Amino acid sequence: MSTSGAAVARPPHRHPGLLLGVLLGGTVGTGLRLAAGEALPHEVGAWPWGTLLVNVVGAFLLGALLETLLRAGPDVGRRRAVRVVVGSGVLGSLTTTSALALETVQRADVAGVGPAAAYALVTLVLGVAAAAAGVAAAAASHRSRRPGGQDLA
Amino acid sequence: MSPATALAVCAAGGLGAVLRVVLDGELRTRLGGGLPWGTAAVNVVGSLLIGVATGMLGGPVAPGAAGAVLPVVATGLCGGFTTFGTAVVEVLRLGEDRRWGAAALAAAVTVLASTVAAALGLVLGRLP
Repeated sequence: MSTSGAAVARPPHRHPGLLLGVLLGGTVGTGLRLAAGEALPHEVGAWPWGTLLVNVVGAFLLGALLETLLRAGPDVGRRRAVRVVVGSGVLGSLTTTSALALETVQRADVAGVGPAAAYALVTLVLGVAAAAAGVAAAAASHRSRRPGGQDLA
Repeated sequence: MSPATALAVCAAGGLGAVLRVVLDGELRTRLGGGLPWGTAAVNVVGSLLIGVATGMLGGPVAPGAAGAVLPVVATGLCGGFTTFGTAVVEVLRLGEDRRWGAAALAAAVTVLASTVAAALGLVLGRLP
């Protein structure tokens, strides 16, 4: 997540090549989110399964990706490119807060404040749990590939 | 949804992702990485915008290209601009550092502040 000293000279958000990668990654992530929404359509105000699915799956994958990269070495070169393009680009765009927020408001209008709050809270709790599970899975995979090795954490 | 509209939604999502990375990076550079202000800003701004767009363009789907504007702006641009995955990973990291107040604040911004922003946007978008 943090930038190492060597990478400070040109941060990723001012790197044209990385931003082009984010453009492509964001296009792919949005396409996957759109496909999930089309596969799991919901009436306005009903429980938005498509958004919940992409947010929880995306949180798991992002937790796993960032932990894997963190354990692989400093955030430079190819690791930084993967973090920015796949993490910020694909997984950042696969998940969404704007749809979550809009659907919560619409659900409050149609079904009431309780069901709306339930949707928002379930998404938040499952999202944090999924990110934690992704981090744990990456950590376990890292340890199993280096039996007897030092755990960085 | 027509294939052309779907392509436009995806491309708008890519553009939204670039805008997110640039805005998040600039805020991170200026305010430091102690609290995830960049993610908070993109999520609140994107939620306000999806509310405004839905308030203005929601309702019966318009025929032809006009009907593509809302999905392109809402699902594409706002969806790609805002992010949930990064927000919850940041909440998790703050919790791991036992910064409970900061973690609670980041979580509240993601769900509460963004929802308030979307509600405000809907009201603004429906103004005559």
